[in-house]
Amino acid sequence: MSANTLVKPAKPWLKRSPQELFTSSLPSLIPIVLAAITVLLTGLSGKTGFALAWLVFTSLIIVIWPILVKSKNLRGDLILQSMVAVATLAFFTAVAWVLSSVLNPGLRNFNFSLLVGDSSVVEVDSPLNVGGLAHALVGSIIVVGLATLISVPFGILSALYITEVRGKLVPYVRFFIQAMSGVPSIVAGLFIYAALIVTQVFPFTGFTGSLALAILMLPTVARTAEEVLRLVPDELRNAALSLGGTQTRTIFQVVLPSAKTGLITAVILGIARVAGETAPLLLTAFGGNTVNLNPFSGTMATLPWYIFSQMSLGTENDVARAWVAALTLLVLVTLIFSTARILGRSRR
Amino acid sequence: MTQVANKSEIKARVITTTPRLPDRIFRAIMTFGGIFSFLVLGAIFIYLFQRSAPVFQEFGLKFVTGSQWVSGDGLPASQGSTDPAVFGLFPMLYGSLLVAVVAMVIAVPISISLAFGIVFYLPKKLSTLFTVVTDLAASIPSVIFGLWGLFVLVPHASYWARLLNQYLGFIPIFSSEFPTFDQSPFVAGLVLSIMITPIITSVAREIFSQTPLELIQGAYALGATKAAMIKTVAMPFGRSGIVGGAMLGLGRALGETVAVFFVLNLVYDSVNWSHILESNGGSIASLIVAKYGEASPFEIAGLFGAGLVLFMLTLAANLVAAAIVTRTLSQVKTGKKK
Repeated sequence: MSANTLVKPAKPWLKRSPQELFTSSLPSLIPIVLAAITVLLTGLSGKTGFALAWLVFTSLIIVIWPILVKSKNLRGDLILQSMVAVATLAFFTAVAWVLSSVLNPGLRNFNFSLLVGDSSVVEVDSPLNVGGLAHALVGSIIVVGLATLISVPFGILSALYITEVRGKLVPYVRFFIQAMSGVPSIVAGLFIYAALIVTQVFPFTGFTGSLALAILMLPTVARTAEEVLRLVPDELRNAALSLGGTQTRTIFQVVLPSAKTGLITAVILGIARVAGETAPLLLTAFGGNTVNLNPFSGTMATLPWYIFSQMSLGTENDVARAWVAALTLLVLVTLIFSTARILGRSRR
Repeated sequence: MTQVANKSEIKARVITTTPRLPDRIFRAIMTFGGIFSFLVLGAIFIYLFQRSAPVFQEFGLKFVTGSQWVSGDGLPASQGSTDPAVFGLFPMLYGSLLVAVVAMVIAVPISISLAFGIVFYLPKKLSTLFTVVTDLAASIPSVIFGLWGLFVLVPHASYWARLLNQYLGFIPIFSSEFPTFDQSPFVAGLVLSIMITPIITSVAREIFSQTPLELIQGAYALGATKAAMIKTVAMPFGRSGIVGGAMLGLGRALGETVAVFFVLNLVYDSVNWSHILESNGGSIASLIVAKYGEASPFEIAGLFGAGLVLFMLTLAANLVAAAIVTRTLSQVKTGKKK
């Protein structure tokens, strides 16, 4: 009797056996199997049917499984585990779905001539071997490059204020930078439109587009730069000061160089933030059909604007062009982002 | 000898803590950089306010509470127009909130579970991978979400919506008066939820990973299971941070433009109170994109007013979020919160 009622002690220090691993992952596996069976046997079909069946069965399992499990402690664990499994699977399925649905039509319609030509000879629904998106690619590079030149000094200066001056305003500066990171992109565009274009200081140009993007880029640069500048040890600053350096020289010759890669990461993350922005460019840089190398005169096409306008046309070939442009933009953003990651890792 | 002679000429250097001139100049420059973001925010407010003044003079508070958006002949009734322009933002304002709420209802539980997974459940390598993928997902341009939403998601989602309506139609929010399910607040909310999940996840992840190790180990030592530890240690510790992260996501969802523009059918003159499956919605940001192309100067002023309302709304959400997140993290760092 007494031997039977003894509780078998759990051994949390042991690695879980394959059997336990299997049992604990059952709640997330069963719905997949059940959904597959449903799709095979009943009227529900295709990916959508599978996703729906999976969703229904998972919700059922989340409710029923813990009731079936007798141990109260295990019950909580199981609920959380299945929640984590479901959330992870759902989110990454969605991301994979987005990525794959850009890759598929993008690669299928990809034609190298699209990266070389511009839209000057393209009419609505022209076949894909006519013209291309070079003007948008060049425009994007110019507009984003100019935005970087404008926003990086201000971003790094406000980071320097927080880490070097350490004045009374530090909490407010940080507060406003965070508030600024929430300015909707359309409002940034609307502001530049209201302040510069309506007042006829500037017409629609690439430069006004850059200004709008710079507003969106500044908080990202400032926050990342602040984080990397804070990693510079105070000993370095004190050593430089005790050698007789002024604070200015300390900053330029010690603090900034020692945080160089981190600052580059900050700049790249800022670029990745704005490279795909569409809404502000609709109101500022507008668009165009030919390559325009001068950001201070004439409207300028950009990749996001190109996708937007081709989508709005809606014919088969134009939408195909939009997919190719989306693929190009996605590859660009991913490249920029990976560069930032790799640089960021080598720092540590 | 010469040294001695010179010694009398060298004055003792004054030891002082006041910065020298170049330092003072550069510190002033840095301070300017620091308050620059405040200046930009102020300038945005002032310009939008000034440019939208004609609309507020004409309609007063009705601009926010009215439910009509008629372009007319581009002039207000007070200037003797026979076909007067009337602007009321309420359907768009409410629509923005409705879509954002749908997105939050989907995204917040997923983000929190995802953050639990990354911080507490998954092995180190897998959680690093997931962190990178979430961050990458955060940088997918919104126009790509719009493209995907319009051409890939909408056909699927309208099928889901039809099923929801068919089987759960007795629940008020899933009922629908019209049998069209395309471009509904539900679809827009789905797209937005994918866009804001990475943002909420990264804030929640950061907060949870700051949970003091001694508290976690203490809980384990008392015999807590992982779920019990999360419930009694991690959740109370990170609750306010999660609220802050959710507010950040809300701000993003309210301000999102292009993705919503393509997957939502804007109806300017009637408020869709709760029928999220109906092809009838609103969004301030999308209104600006949709109307801006052929707007008269007076309507442009109306759009500036819409932008001002949107700016105030997102600013409020973000200031609250910023205050909460900053407070939580600084409490962690100074060790006040344990």
